[in-house]
Amino acid sequence: MTLKTEPVTINIGPQHPSTHGVFRMRVTFDGEVVVDVEPVLGYLHRGSEKLAEERTYTQVVTLTDRLDYVASMSNNLAYVLTVEKLAGIKPPDRAMYLRVIAAELMRIASHLVFTGFWLNDLGALATPLMYCFREREKILDLFEMLCGARITLSYMRPGGVFQDAPEDFWPALHRFLEEMPNYIDEYEGLITGNEIVLVRAKNVGILSAEKAVNSSISGPILRASGVEWDLRKADPYEIYDRVKFNIPFGGVGDNFDRYFVRVQEMRESLKIIEQCVEQVEPGPVRSEVPFLVRPPKGEAYGRVEAPKGELGFYLVSDGGIAPYRCKIRSPSFINLTILRDILVGWKLADMIVTFGTIDINMGEVDR
Amino acid sequence: MYGLGILQGLTVTFKNLMRKPFTIQYPEERIPQHPRFRGEEFTWYEERCTGCASCAKYCPLGIIKIVTHPGKTNMQEGDYYAIDVFDIDIGRCMFCGLCVEACPYDALFMGSGFEEGQYRRQDLVIPVDRLRKASKRPSTWFRPQLEDKGYNPHTGKELSWRQVGRHQQPSQEDLKEKWAER
Amino acid sequence: MLEGNAIFRNIYCLLAGNEGNAAYCTPLAPGQYGYAGVKFGLLPHGWEWVAYFVAGFIIVFMVVNAIMLSTALYTWFERRAIGRFQARIGPNRWGPFGLLQPIADLLKMLLKEDTVPKDADRWVFNIAPIVMFVPMLLIFAVIPFGKSSYIANLNIGILFIISVTTVSALAIFMAGWASANKYAMFGAVRGVAQLVSYEVPMVLSIVGVILLSGSLSTISIVESQRLPFLLLQPLGFLIFLLAASAEMNRTPFDLIEADSEIVAGYHIEYSGMKWGVLQAAEFAAPLATGAIMATLFLQGWRGTFLPSHLWFLLKVFSIVFLLLWIRATLPRFRVDQIMGFAWKGLFPLALINLFVTAIEVLIWPLPNTGQLWLMVGINWIVAVVSIVAFANILGQRSFRRLRPRTSPLAGVTSEVG
Ligand code: SF4
Ligand code: SF4
Repeated sequence: MTLKTEPVTINIGPQHPSTHGVFRMRVTFDGEVVVDVEPVLGYLHRGSEKLAEERTYTQVVTLTDRLDYVASMSNNLAYVLTVEKLAGIKPPDRAMYLRVIAAELMRIASHLVFTGFWLNDLGALATPLMYCFREREKILDLFEMLCGARITLSYMRPGGVFQDAPEDFWPALHRFLEEMPNYIDEYEGLITGNEIVLVRAKNVGILSAEKAVNSSISGPILRASGVEWDLRKADPYEIYDRVKFNIPFGGVGDNFDRYFVRVQEMRESLKIIEQCVEQVEPGPVRSEVPFLVRPPKGEAYGRVEAPKGELGFYLVSDGGIAPYRCKIRSPSFINLTILRDILVGWKLADMIVTFGTIDINMGEVDR
Repeated sequence: MYGLGILQGLTVTFKNLMRKPFTIQYPEERIPQHPRFRGEEFTWYEERCTGCASCAKYCPLGIIKIVTHPGKTNMQEGDYYAIDVFDIDIGRCMFCGLCVEACPYDALFMGSGFEEGQYRRQDLVIPVDRLRKASKRPSTWFRPQLEDKGYNPHTGKELSWRQVGRHQQPSQEDLKEKWAER
Repeated sequence: MLEGNAIFRNIYCLLAGNEGNAAYCTPLAPGQYGYAGVKFGLLPHGWEWVAYFVAGFIIVFMVVNAIMLSTALYTWFERRAIGRFQARIGPNRWGPFGLLQPIADLLKMLLKEDTVPKDADRWVFNIAPIVMFVPMLLIFAVIPFGKSSYIANLNIGILFIISVTTVSALAIFMAGWASANKYAMFGAVRGVAQLVSYEVPMVLSIVGVILLSGSLSTISIVESQRLPFLLLQPLGFLIFLLAASAEMNRTPFDLIEADSEIVAGYHIEYSGMKWGVLQAAEFAAPLATGAIMATLFLQGWRGTFLPSHLWFLLKVFSIVFLLLWIRATLPRFRVDQIMGFAWKGLFPLALINLFVTAIEVLIWPLPNTGQLWLMVGINWIVAVVSIVAFANILGQRSFRRLRPRTSPLAGVTSEVG
């Protein structure tokens, strides 16, 4: 005998502990099983793209901080790269190294936030979250040394960075590089081998490589599905062609792979920073660029491998001091397109966990 | 397998139980901020400010309000625009520091505090009188001349307007020579 | 029922120590606490029932308040300990080391607005917290806290505990159903399924203890433990620990209130003191579990050197700390896994444990010390072997590390780059 069941529709979000901001999903459940998911966006829309049209090229840097606010450095980097491409500015070497160091630190910080919150989604009472935030604090301290702020960094400027790193930054960075691998080992001890995590995450929320490529997914999610695609290698910008690192990628494309790829990326980022610290040489950090950049008429698309995927800025210049059009290709938003494919058919608990592995940031989704 | 991973996790948490907590007791203990910290309230040297309003123009939010009137004497005789109003609306400020970056005369500096909570919004606007009277502990953000001196706004003493410029103040003879030529 | 209790005896005899009660009110054997023989009680003959009532009331009053107080203290301890596990400090503002924090919490909850949802079933909604809390208190009625101090010497003590704890499933369903909230409904449905499933292995794991001690009364179980039953029943201990943490829905089995999934589950709509009572019940649960486990597996109050009450407290504390530690570390299971774990994992293990223990008891009905140690050895081997076997049958294959390998879409990448 089969029991007649009735679907239940629940709004998960915009106020929900695990929707990572003000994301809302209208989910239909059959018992515990997800039948349908409908994402509802726009609660955090601030019109960044429109605002950018009324600001000078330098002022827009402050807007990019607020896109993906757990990875502001990467946003800064993507934006200034595009402006430099547009205006034909070549930043000095030291500036590029500093930017890469900052962006990789930011990647570690962002992945730490992911790891912590993902474990929170799994139900681990905030313990890994606390550990991850402890290390993230150290990175934020480094950023405070570097640019005087912890979240809204605005460190980079078209043509370089605004100021050289202070003296005490380098010893602090060294200390961080020494400590961090042990901490990553600790997280792995807590999470990677844990049987409960394994049964919860293995073979759950599988995203096939074909589907990922067809949906224009980028970043760790794509790599977890087994596609070796990393802009740092595929389209090297800054000085990524001068450092050696591996691209970790998974095979199955399940939740565990998506977590594990990120943990491995943290290790690779540490390697990149170490090499940068060895290679960086004294020199100017900002090329002679006027405060009011006036790029020639034209358009440019610049992209970086942000912690969440390919972050692109498309700028159109009409020769004025402000962009004529600024379009942001935010990885979180595009990665959300697979939501229904990987959530439907799984249980409520899996839905939360799988959604957590997409690692969206509402500042970036709604812009 | 066999719960060994769980046991490993338990040892990790136990190790952390033995560690010192990393949080601090905020009002009593404080994390020392770096000298570059961009914070409230701004340090402004009226003596240095020419009223050029570059800062106001560069603020992405346009929250600096400047009203000036020309001084009574000629500029060549050393007078400048007198500042009537120099209000910064901290309630909307995002502490990006672009205003400081834009100031060509080293008159405006970021502050180094962060405890400026107020009960009313209008109290968040820093009027010019408060800027004049505020203790002058400029942040070293975008001011390499301060950083080179190793100045720390949290421990160092107040700096007068003569000490914060990026150029040496010319001596009296130099000045005379310069102006005499004209 | 109450007769063995020393305090009860003292009060009762003080009030009604007359000729009719002479046998009861004579001094006990040396070394035991007891009444030192007063010929005349305060009350006249024929009023013994008042004495009985007063003495009983005083005892219950003491115990209930002690439990409430220790629950309050335990909330402080749990928050501090979890804080330290998470490398932070925990509440430390109010009172020395934050010890007065429970009082502050209580005040806060009393002052908060007490909301009832519009569509809620008011009666059921209001009663549910009480139904949740009372069983927690009732459990302590049959727990021996120390040498001859307990409320009731019930000859079916364990059955009483089991039946009383089952009520909490009802309370959870009442709370979840009456809230008229879909999240609460999810929590309630999950709750009933989970609690009912975990009753089975829990009861089966206790049967081993009952077989060994030959009694259902908690007091005689404590007295019959020459070796702590933890040694004799390792499998039973483990099953009971897991099943009990599922029963009181703590991580890794906290599906019922899974805050990252269904926000707070069945108590999502509660506020103010009603929520406080629900939370108090939740915080009393580890204490109750600790007390039960100390009684069943750790020789209860028995121990050398220290006073018996202190031994009991120490044992409860160690169990509670273990539960805390697990709570601070582990993520939670999924709903189907949790049911699978109960029925496919714990249930057969409990049966194995019961089977082996039954055979042992059949062979050695009255074991001497050497035979007891032999049983310890056998049981540990059985425990390890059966756990490994079940892990192999049910478990996840060992995970593979990520290694760079040729990607199926390697061609795609090189083209674009
Ligand atoms: S710090 Fe930024 S927002 Fe604040 S006044 Fe200066 S330019 Fe404007
Ligand atoms: S503070 Fe600086 S930029 Fe602003 S008006 Fe004065 S001199 Fe000009």
